[in-house]
Parts: sequence; structure tokens; C-alpha cells
Amino acid sequence: MANVPLPPATSPPRPNRAFWRDDRFIQFAAQFIVLAIVAGLLFLAFRNMADSLARQGIALGFGFLENAAGFDIGESLIRYANTDTFSRALLVGLLNTLLVSVLGIILATLLGIVVGIARLSGNWLVNRLAWLFIELMRNVPLLVLLIFIYTAFFLKLPRARQAISLGPLYLSNRGVAIPWGEPTETWPIYLYILIAAVGLAILAATGLRLWQERSGRPKPIVLPTLFVLLGIAGIGWLVLPQPPLQVTTPEIAAFNFKGGLVLTPEFMALLLGLVIYTAAFIGEIVRAGIQAVPKGQVEAARALGLSGRRTLQLVVFPQALRVIVPPLTSQYLNLTKNSSLAVAIGYPDLFAISGTIINQTGRAVEMIAIVMAVYLSVSLLTSVAMNWYNRRVRLVER
Amino acid sequence: MTRSRKALGLLVAIPLALIACTQVPAAAPAAPAAPVEVTREVEVTRIVEVTVAAPADAAAAAPTSTPAPAAPAAPSGFGETLKAIKARDKLICGVNSQVPGFGFVDSAGAFSGFDIDYCKALAAAIFNDVNKIEYRPLTAEQRFAALQSGEIDVLIRNTTWTLTRDTDNGSNFVATTFYDGQGIMVPKDANITKLEDLDGATICVQKGTTTELNLADQMAARNIQYTPAVFEDANGTFGAYAEGRCDAVTTDKSGLVSRRSVLPDPENHVILDVTLSKEPLGPMVRHGDDQWFDIVQWTVFATFAAEEFGITSENVDSVIASDTRPEVKRLLGADEKVDLGAKLGLSKDWAANVIKAVGNYGEIYDRNLGPNTKTAIPRGINSLYTNGGLLYAPPFR
Repeated sequence: MANVPLPPATSPPRPNRAFWRDDRFIQFAAQFIVLAIVAGLLFLAFRNMADSLARQGIALGFGFLENAAGFDIGESLIRYANTDTFSRALLVGLLNTLLVSVLGIILATLLGIVVGIARLSGNWLVNRLAWLFIELMRNVPLLVLLIFIYTAFFLKLPRARQAISLGPLYLSNRGVAIPWGEPTETWPIYLYILIAAVGLAILAATGLRLWQERSGRPKPIVLPTLFVLLGIAGIGWLVLPQPPLQVTTPEIAAFNFKGGLVLTPEFMALLLGLVIYTAAFIGEIVRAGIQAVPKGQVEAARALGLSGRRTLQLVVFPQALRVIVPPLTSQYLNLTKNSSLAVAIGYPDLFAISGTIINQTGRAVEMIAIVMAVYLSVSLLTSVAMNWYNRRVRLVER
Repeated sequence: MTRSRKALGLLVAIPLALIACTQVPAAAPAAPAAPVEVTREVEVTRIVEVTVAAPADAAAAAPTSTPAPAAPAAPSGFGETLKAIKARDKLICGVNSQVPGFGFVDSAGAFSGFDIDYCKALAAAIFNDVNKIEYRPLTAEQRFAALQSGEIDVLIRNTTWTLTRDTDNGSNFVATTFYDGQGIMVPKDANITKLEDLDGATICVQKGTTTELNLADQMAARNIQYTPAVFEDANGTFGAYAEGRCDAVTTDKSGLVSRRSVLPDPENHVILDVTLSKEPLGPMVRHGDDQWFDIVQWTVFATFAAEEFGITSENVDSVIASDTRPEVKRLLGADEKVDLGAKLGLSKDWAANVIKAVGNYGEIYDRNLGPNTKTAIPRGINSLYTNGGLLYAPPFR
């Protein structure tokens, strides 16, 4: 490799030096050595694992995933029984992870924006409260926070029979029971109506925006769009012979609540913990983003006669976003990955279920590989989506 | 230009790295795993091919060349476990630290319990010193991986013997030290007397246990709807039950008795008179080292036999001096012509040391689970076969 002669035309004239003092060679050799060491270590680790598995007569393979799981899962978004396969149990876990992650990301973003703006507030009390929230939440380890929320708050709530009642809502150590709609026979039809409503609303919004651009004057967009959406959804609900959703309210039964939807204390504790922990970081990111917009921009917007709200909406926020989005992506990824701490409080997420499977089958290597691959895929998909969004909000340079 | 050169570098580097690395392990002491074929001349007229496992010098060199105590991974070929234990001068025992009576760590950090006593029995058999043990507290979920990876020498952690665990986990059960059955505990005031009363209930269960599976089986067979609340360890499971997160809690009956003793209000909880499953509990070792398997197995049998022969930690010395029963003499190493210990790679008086240290099975049981303890469990089928129980040691011969 060192003897490859460089074409004289491309190499600038230089003193006749030994090849090992040539910058290009040193760079190349350093890369080669690092790569060789990394590859060697990986190879040794793999060989070590293969050796010890072989010594104990354990064969690697994924066939076991199609065996019956045998254990029950406390909460599931899809139908699941203990006679289903391990792979279905894993899917239940993945969906639980995605549920808490997606809800967590939405709520953490909303709370984070509020906290970030509050942190910039001129009101001393609001400002200090936001500061306190941020410093408190981001400086406590998430695991500690989760266990605290779970054992010191949710498990200490009164028992089901003495549940705290907030209107139709019940708080007890069995979880938070809320009214919930059970789909009826007309639900599938109503689903089409909803899709149509969303489609029409998008059409209306696009039309209104075009009209605004063509006329060059601000036109109402949000309200008419919402009107179209809710109007069609409402008419659909009334037109159908039977309401598409039968609303049930929770009632205290022999053991637990009957009717409604019961959000378990494990789910609530995990969601709450993830949201407030991540919101503290997002708050700081939002504040940094807003402060990164030069003051002159705001002054210029005001000079043009834009109102305070329009200034935020048209000048400050679009520019703040390009500072906010990249670190925000990291926070979303963190939240998704941190959801694996669910294992500490008994929420059946992907990692918890895989742990159970490892214990029931002894297939540690395969399961860890699957779990790593799944988290990696979810994270990469999140990254791809956020990078796409980042490109859209990036400052267009002229 | 730079980019294409980097790409070229990568292309060259990968095969070179692979070549370089395939040569590395050959020099490393990983080699003894491969059997070496040696042709040996045994008689003038016959040539016999003998396969000799792991050349002795290579195996002996391994511990001295890699003394690193940070990685105690014990190899698992024949005789390797005992060799590794002796080289490190202590036994690493995987135990429970959360079940009083079986494996529990008190506020002073001392371990005690039925399973702990079997760790001590092993240490006595090997070193004649019950202090040469390192206890590794493990959760139900961690235990098999810890055994597989060689992090522990033996797992004595109220673990149920099942076929899958005996095979797929790369480990073997050696004997049953405690015959248990799964039970269910409920608050006294809940008026629950049978499984059917639990329809619609939430039941706390520990993750990764056979109890989790049995519960699912039994409830499905009886068509009872329930919601499992699954927790990582015994503290989490019983903590949630104590707070009323669940209407019932299930685990082995011994575990229920044991954990009830540490609930804030033990008198308000009852264990239902239903048994969901057979739960034979016992020590586990890794596949691949039959000598170590035998040592653990016969140490357990020695405690059974000692009770059968009436040998206790107190009278063992006088029995050695005066007893004339041949099997007793063989067991205790008092027979001049027979050395059973040597067959296990242990000293001749190994069993006597075990009994001196922890006593016979009955003594171990009474100390941890007897009527005078907080975790009293009637002996039931955990009695000698002569008393209608299931404990039966094969002959010491």
C-alpha cells in the first residue's frame, strides 16, 4: 500500500521525504490501524461468544419466536392471549413502547414549548417557576424520577373503592379511569367519513392559503379549516342510525373498574416521568432557539407593522425552528430510548417483554439482537422524519 | 480526491484486518477448547487413536497468564469449574437476596437462608471454610444469563426445575432441595377462597418466573379473566401488593410464607388452599462440566444421607470415631480403604466438613424454615422417604 506511487501531475513538488513521513501516508495508516483494531475487537468478541455458546451446546436461531409464549401481558393494544407466539408478544411490547413514545413526544413538546416561553417571560414568578421546573427535572436521574412518581404518587393513591372522583374521572392506585368510546357497528363507516373530513379540511386549507398568497392580504385559515373538519365529522355522527362510539363511563366493580378506559399506574407513571423529564430539556432548547433570533428581526417586524402574534408566528418562530429542530430530534430519540426504563416500574414495553422471553427461553443473544435492531430502526425512522422536517424549516439561503 | 483515497483505504483495510485478526486467536489461550488428536502407541501390535481433550500444559497456563480477577468467567470443560474455584480461592454463588428463609440479606449485609446454607455446604465441601464464598444477588431474570456466562459457579436461588431450563438455558438442575407448589395470597377481608373468586381481578406476579406461566395456564384452563401486573423483582411485586395495586399475589407457597413475614400486616393476609403447580426447587450448574455437576449433586445428597443416618453437626465427630455402619464410614471418609471424595476431586472428609458446617438436611430446614422461625413452613413432602416424604439419596458407594 505504501508503495503505490502517486502520479506526479497531481502531487505538488515536495522534497524527497521518506514515505512514513508523508502526511497522506500517516493519515491512511492511522485510519487503517484504528479500523483494524475495531474489527479485531469485534471479531474477538464474536468468537468468544460463539465459543462459549458452543461449549454449552446452545445453538443460535430464531425459530423459537414461533413457539407459544405462555405468559399473559397486563396491557395490550392488540388482541393477545398466552397461547399466542413469542413474536406476537414482542409486537405487543413494541406497540406499547410506540404508544408511550408517541404520546410522550407530543406532550413533552407541548409542555416544553410552554416552559421554554415561560422561561423568557418578563413576569418574575412565571420565569422563576419555569426555571425551578427545568433545574429540578433535568437534574434528577430519570430512573429515580420514574420510581418516585410510581411508588410515591400512583401507588399511594387511594384503593379502587375509595377512588378520588373528578367528575367522570377516577383516580386510584389501580390507575386513572376515564370515560371512553366503545366502537359500535357503524364505526367502520364513520371512519370513512372522518377520512373524508380530513381530506376536505386539507383542501380548504390549501385553497385558503392560495387565496391569501394571491390577494397578498392576511385571510383567516385556521378557523374555516377547523369548521370544515368538525362540521363534517359532526354531521356524520348525527346522520348515522347509531352513534359510531358508545361512550361508557367507569364504575367501580368487584375488583377493578368496569367500563371506560383504565390507564394503569405503570403507564401513567412512565408517561408522566418521560414527559416532564424531556420537557425540561425541550424547554431549554426552545428558549435557546428563540433567543438565537437577533433582536433586530423583531424590531424590523414591528417596524413593518406586524402585530406581536404575527411577529412570533412569521418572523421569530420560523427562524427559531432551525436552531431548535436538530437538538429536538435528539430529545425525541432520547425519550424513545428512555422508555425502556419502563422495566423498573412494570410497564410491559418492548424491553420488559423481551426480558421475560429471555428468561423463559434462555435465548439472550437472539433477543438482545432483536431488541437492539428494533430500537435502532425506530430511532433511525424518527431521525429520518426529523431530518426531513429540518430541511423544510432550514433557512433558505439566497 | 480525499474521499476516493479514504474509500480505497477502507477497501484495503478490511481484508487486511480480517487476515490479521484470524491469526490473533490462534495465539490466544482460547485454543484449549479444541480437542487435540494424539496418536499413541499402546501395544506393539496395535495402534490406538486417543482423543485427548485440552492439553494439560495449555490449560494450566491459562489461569497464570490471565490472572485478571475482574473477569471471573469460569470455563466449563470437565473439571474446569473446580479448578477455577480453587484458583480464585472462593466460590461464587448466585443467590436470592429478597426471600427471607431462602435467600435474604439482612440490614448488616449478611446473607442467610435455606439456599444460602447450600452455598455454604459447597464451600465446606471444597475448602472446609464457609467464608470462602462470594454471594451474587440476582433477580429472576438475570439468573440464567449469569450462570451461562460463567459469572457465577452455581445458581442456588429457589429456581424451578423444568425441561426447557435444563436444556435451552445451557444449564442443568442437579437435585431438588425443596419441593414446592405455587400458591396465591389474598387480603383476609377480600372473602376470596378459591381461584374462581378472582374473576376480573388484578394479580401481581414476578417477571420471568414459572409462576407467571402457571398462572396463565391455570386461569386459561378455568376460563377466569384476570389482569397480570408484572414486576421485576420480589420487592417490587410484594410492595405493589402491599399497596393494594393488586387483589392477589402469586408465587411459590414457600415464597408467599416468607414474604408474608415481612409485610407490614402479616396477619391480614391468607394463602389460599389451592396449589397451581409443582415447583421443584434446586441448584443449577452450567452444561459441560460433569465433575462440578457431581460435586453439587452429591453435596446435596450428603445432607439427605446425613439426616437418614442420624448424623448432625453436633454428633458428627463422635460418629466418625465410633460408628461402624459401612456406608456411614464411607460417607464421612472414615473408611481407610475407600475415598469417595477423590472420585469427586475433593478431600476424603468432604462430607464430614459439610455436615460440620451446615448440618444435615433437617438441621438446614429447621434453621431457616422450622417452626421457631418467622418463615415456618411445615415439612410436608420435604421429609425423608422413610417419613413419607420425597427426599432420597442414592447409595454412597
